[in-house]
Amino acid sequence: MTREPPASDPGKDGQGALFNLVVLLGGGTFGVGLAVSGMAKPEVVLDFLQLDDLGLLFVMGGAAGVTMLVFAVATRYLGSAPLTGRRYTKRVKSMDRNVLVGGAIFGVGWGVSGICPGAAYASVGLGNWPILWAILGMFVGAYAQAYWRSRGSASASASD
Amino acid sequence: MTTLPLVLTLDQPFPRGVLPYLLGGVLIGLGVSVIYLATGIIAGASTFLETTLSYASGVSRLNQPKYLASRDWRVLFTLGMVGGAAAYTLAFADPWTTQVQPWRLLGGGVLVGVGTRLGKGCTSGHGVCGIGSLSETSIVNVATFMAFAVGTALLVAAVGVTP
Repeated sequence: MTREPPASDPGKDGQGALFNLVVLLGGGTFGVGLAVSGMAKPEVVLDFLQLDDLGLLFVMGGAAGVTMLVFAVATRYLGSAPLTGRRYTKRVKSMDRNVLVGGAIFGVGWGVSGICPGAAYASVGLGNWPILWAILGMFVGAYAQAYWRSRGSASASASD
Repeated sequence: MTTLPLVLTLDQPFPRGVLPYLLGGVLIGLGVSVIYLATGIIAGASTFLETTLSYASGVSRLNQPKYLASRDWRVLFTLGMVGGAAAYTLAFADPWTTQVQPWRLLGGGVLVGVGTRLGKGCTSGHGVCGIGSLSETSIVNVATFMAFAVGTALLVAAVGVTP
């Protein structure tokens, strides 16, 4: 069943051309990073998960090191973001059983396939067409859990 | 960037060196930071799956106001990732195709789709931004998915599934 989106989304994220440019630039940089690091290649990730090449520790470490620094400076010294007026915050989600169960299910899937969401998108940019199987699978999985969690209509706690 | 099909051994933990890994990681962090500094938005990769499904499905969880509000820019964000990797490939590398079998990609992908959305994030949301926020929730999630992923990958290799 499909639903037409409302004609005007109140409170829609985004502020026009500059906002879109920043999102594209950020995504592009992210994608280059996934390609350079090899994380867009399932084989490289599987080498890590099979403990044959621990290089992926430097990918996550390098990335988290940068965000740690930027988040710390922005939340402490900068007020709000220029394009949206949003206050700078850190990424803190509530803890519940889903965090553990979801993490475990994701871990098994990552170990089977060697792909995670961002890396799978970037992998398309390598000309790696078989990765579309993984992207299809991720959409199916995301839909299945959303359908199942919406059944009680007591909408589950939202998460980014 | 070289990918050497070596016989990898544990006494050599970094057979491909560390520089491409570190450089790639820093670029990933910079990509997130560009968006964050300009907009205040902490962009993870897995939310795109659910927000994009809202274009085609009326399931209530997929049509939360904040999903409808962010779905357009998340499509752009994802296209940016594809474009960045494509630009790098055109400039510095040859097109590349995985040898990992389709059933592993599809089946693993389904579990990744369920697990990242149920667990409130993926390698970028929890692993990069959550760890960068020193969030206990994210640290627990990352420790959990790492442990299960290593265990699963070793098991898959042990029963002889390759590639």
